[in-house]
Amino acid sequence: MTFRKITSTEDLRRISKEIRENVLISLAEAGSGHTGGSLGLADIFTTLYFNILNHDPDNPDWEDRDRLILSIGHVAPVHYATLAIAGYFPKEELLTLRKLGSRLQGHPGREHGLPGLELSAGSLGQGLSVAVGMALSGKMDNKKWRVYSIHGDGELQEGSIWEAAMSASNYKLNNLISIIDRNDLQIDGKTSDVMQLEPLADKWKSFGWNVLECNGHDHSDIIEKINQAKECKGKPTVIIAKTIMGKGVKSIENNHLWHGKTPLKQQLKDFLIQLEID
Amino acid sequence: MQKFKNKGDKPTKEGFGEGVVVIGEMNQNVIGLGADITASVGMNLFAKNFQERFFSFGIAEQNCVGVAAGLALSGKIPVFSTYGVFAALRTTDQLRISVCYNDLHVIIGGAHAGISVGPDGATHQALEDIAVMRVLPNMTVLSPCDATQTRLAVIAALEQVNGPVYIRFGRAAVPDFTFPEMEFKVGKSQLLFEGNELTIIVTGHLVWEALQAAYLLKGQGIDSRVINMHTIKPIDEQAIIKAARETGAIITAEEHQIYGGLGGAVAEVVAKNYPVPMEFIGMDDSFGESGKPEELLNKYKMTSEFIIEKAKKIIKRKLII
Repeated sequence: MTFRKITSTEDLRRISKEIRENVLISLAEAGSGHTGGSLGLADIFTTLYFNILNHDPDNPDWEDRDRLILSIGHVAPVHYATLAIAGYFPKEELLTLRKLGSRLQGHPGREHGLPGLELSAGSLGQGLSVAVGMALSGKMDNKKWRVYSIHGDGELQEGSIWEAAMSASNYKLNNLISIIDRNDLQIDGKTSDVMQLEPLADKWKSFGWNVLECNGHDHSDIIEKINQAKECKGKPTVIIAKTIMGKGVKSIENNHLWHGKTPLKQQLKDFLIQLEID
Repeated sequence: MQKFKNKGDKPTKEGFGEGVVVIGEMNQNVIGLGADITASVGMNLFAKNFQERFFSFGIAEQNCVGVAAGLALSGKIPVFSTYGVFAALRTTDQLRISVCYNDLHVIIGGAHAGISVGPDGATHQALEDIAVMRVLPNMTVLSPCDATQTRLAVIAALEQVNGPVYIRFGRAAVPDFTFPEMEFKVGKSQLLFEGNELTIIVTGHLVWEALQAAYLLKGQGIDSRVINMHTIKPIDEQAIIKAARETGAIITAEEHQIYGGLGGAVAEVVAKNYPVPMEFIGMDDSFGESGKPEELLNKYKMTSEFIIEKAKKIIKRKLII
């Protein structure tokens, strides 16, 4: 059994908007958390969960599901909103984000029992290694499922990412597709000012990866590039997705100060109106 | 009580290597991961016997631990062995989040444990690994005493543990004196020598030294109890409390820093339940250095001679109290 896939771009855009609304509402209610990256990844999460992934919200542990590893645990709000809208748990539960006793931890924690989470994560630079281990296991057992991992661009400054990158190509893990949220921002400012990552595509190429780029807010482009990645033989694929931090709320777009800030309750209405206009 | 005899010197590393092969045969899901130093961390036999289940990752320990987590999440039982210094310290963050927070059945081997690593010197002597590993939630910490027991510890790590488990072992050839019939029960210490005047709680290679000390003390009219604390976590609280109550004095001995190690772990139980005088044998907040294993054990006061010295001291302390 698998989840019904949505192909209409209009429908996907509508879902992305709904995810963004829920991200803003849950973060405003929580009073702390990471707004910028969560909004920036809404289109990628929509595409993955409503078009790409083979998964089943009624059977989260389905053995043949595709695996999604969120390496940047701080954007949990977009993951939670996506899972809720996909039907993994009731949307009302999003209002418990970061509260005592909630299944929606500030960074994903599987031991709290939220369905649909593959990994408890939050310390940057670890998720790619975990994804490599899963992809390797899938290869050993000749499984059809794939592993998708999501990373921040700032996260690529962690050395362990490159240890993992080296090993993924060494073992020819073409069942691994990694997506980089390339918004060129991190907490301290522009990624290029904090620590230069360019030439980023060349770095991945030299580590033996198939490298694709896409517009991280264009559902059709994301789908097209992932479908290309699936065809790649003998290599893992990285998709460098150009995104805008805070996408959808014009007044906070591209502002690194919104990496780890949340809307005040009195700002929420204005932010939701901005989403309507976008 | 039985008097143990040395069946011949053998590195505990070899016991680990044999154990990994045994569990490889027992369970098809056991996967070996290597970070280059395969032979010196006891993984070479597994790599040879199960080529399709052994993966080399180069000198990249952090990645190995993350990969192990990914394999465990997919139903495999990964065994990753490296030097204890790297396992406990270079990969601590990966262990904490990817392995322990996810509570995954990953078996970590910590080679080159203790000062008896010898000539390689301070950089390669794991003297802090117990402290780091035992502070991690969900982690089980095993520290077997000889090659025979290390083999059993690996099997126990497969059969008796369902989460992360760390097994520390050494490099030097040391007396192999326990028997394969001696059950290894995770969390249950072994009473190796009975006595009622004091207790020596000891782990790893120093168990042999403690037994020698107990035999000599017996000859001098002092009855000491020897407990092999092969599981540091979960620690056998019952045996410690019983020892405190019945013997009134406890010495701990380990090839590890006293702070945070077995000494610290036992002291936590004693202080909370039944305070008695304690003495500690182990590294006293310093790095090691190069030298022959026996020279180093002597310089850092870990041999039977020093255990006897502490025994006499603690008996006097008991009288004062």
